[in-house]
Amino acid sequence: MEWLSFWDYAFMRQAFAAVLLIMPLFSILGTMVVNNGMSFFSDALGHSALTGVGLGVLLGMSEYSLPMIAFAVVFALCMNRVRQSRAAGTDTVIGVFSACGVALGLVLLSRGGSFRNYQSLLIGDILNITASQLWVLAAALAVTAVLWVVCFNRFLAVSISPTLAKTHGIAVKLFDNLFVVMVAVIVMIAIRLVGLLIINAMLVLPAAAARNVARSMRSYHVLSLIFGVFAGVLGLVLSFYNAVATGPMIVLCAAAVFFGTLLLSKQQ
Amino acid sequence: MNHKHACGLHCLQIENLSVAIDGRPILRDIALHAHCGELTVVIGRNGAGKSTLMKALVGELPYSGTITFSGHGGEPTPHKPRCGYVPQSLSIDRSSPTSVKDMLLCYTSWLPVFLPRRKKTLEALKAHLAVFGADNLLNKRVGELSGGELQRVLLSLATWNKPDMVLLDEPVSGVDNEGLLSFYELMDSLRAQDMLTVLISHDLTFVREYADRVVLLENGTVAASGRPDEVFATQAFASAFPVQARKEAQA
Repeated sequence: MEWLSFWDYAFMRQAFAAVLLIMPLFSILGTMVVNNGMSFFSDALGHSALTGVGLGVLLGMSEYSLPMIAFAVVFALCMNRVRQSRAAGTDTVIGVFSACGVALGLVLLSRGGSFRNYQSLLIGDILNITASQLWVLAAALAVTAVLWVVCFNRFLAVSISPTLAKTHGIAVKLFDNLFVVMVAVIVMIAIRLVGLLIINAMLVLPAAAARNVARSMRSYHVLSLIFGVFAGVLGLVLSFYNAVATGPMIVLCAAAVFFGTLLLSKQQ
Repeated sequence: MNHKHACGLHCLQIENLSVAIDGRPILRDIALHAHCGELTVVIGRNGAGKSTLMKALVGELPYSGTITFSGHGGEPTPHKPRCGYVPQSLSIDRSSPTSVKDMLLCYTSWLPVFLPRRKKTLEALKAHLAVFGADNLLNKRVGELSGGELQRVLLSLATWNKPDMVLLDEPVSGVDNEGLLSFYELMDSLRAQDMLTVLISHDLTFVREYADRVVLLENGTVAASGRPDEVFATQAFASAFPVQARKEAQA
């Protein structure tokens, strides 16, 4: 069959596997990112990748995944402290964090006019994924799934009312921080594949689409997973046949699902 | 108001409780005694320190002084008292896919709410909601509930694990008169269950009718406390709530 010809290429088979790992990861985490109103927060977190890479370069490291993850975790915990304070202007402060993350990263990476070496960070490249990167993604999905089963009720309880959660013996700060650390690590693991310009859209759109039509946490999760995987596979195949970048095409497919479910919810 | 079910031996004793935020004193030397089978209502103007007192009681703010809870034998309980809490509001918007079932289960169980539940568990949830006339709300989304329905669900959650006391932080804001009446009838049902209940409220007419004890806070201290008729007759009450005090005088 003509439309299955993409399967003849080894790089497409690997990218297909990557999509089947990344999209469920994002769809699961996205449910709580959207529930907590943290879209702007996770966007700022993605931007911090530039500084993480910049620090790695500054320290003379050839492999900068570790400084990127370490910086993102510290960055996420600092922003979460501002969010937990629930002070007026939290949005502004997160905006300032985001701007600083981008600016500092650009300053570090553009020293000596070398920024073009790092431009792939902006849009990512899922088609060149290696076998070891696939294993890292698989491990990340397994750990996230286990943590999600063990901690989800606590995440939801804190999200509904931190004070109510506290009276039920839940360690509010611990679970709140655990969630943002999970988001920070997953975003940094995936950012070189997806790119920092669109990673937040991939994280948020499947869950946002599911939220338009879901009536319970169960249907929210199931729909978010279905929408995420559907947009991922469709975007990958469409990008192959139209010779366009894969990440943005996945985002466009997810956005189409979002607007479709939005229309559906308005009709209900 | 005395109730035949009340043992009168459960007691919450607050002595010399003070709270400071960023070095600024908000509450000073608060003393409060509340007993089981009684509804104790904390009143006061905006900024008097009512919500700060509630936050200290639920452990959200550090305080100096003592909070002691005595059990059935009249002796202080060795364990931390179990406290049911009804918050002023929830961080849930109308579009949230969180159902009443999800909300109750996430606070009361480890098994993630997105996994299917046994029929027996759901029947137990329904039976508990039925105590507050909310069993028909199990599958409704929390964001779709009316103010009165949400109160019933939150009261079900607050009393889920048979707490030693129930604390309610102005849970009737924005509820109409009919809703208020139904809410205070629920408070009566808590009293009938021998529950120690502390409520923060603004609805002085209902407080006058339903409360067993009233504590009036003014500028972070207790300005008056006692039976409603005693507190409503004080000068402190007249200066905090002049309109209500005039109504009292006319009555």
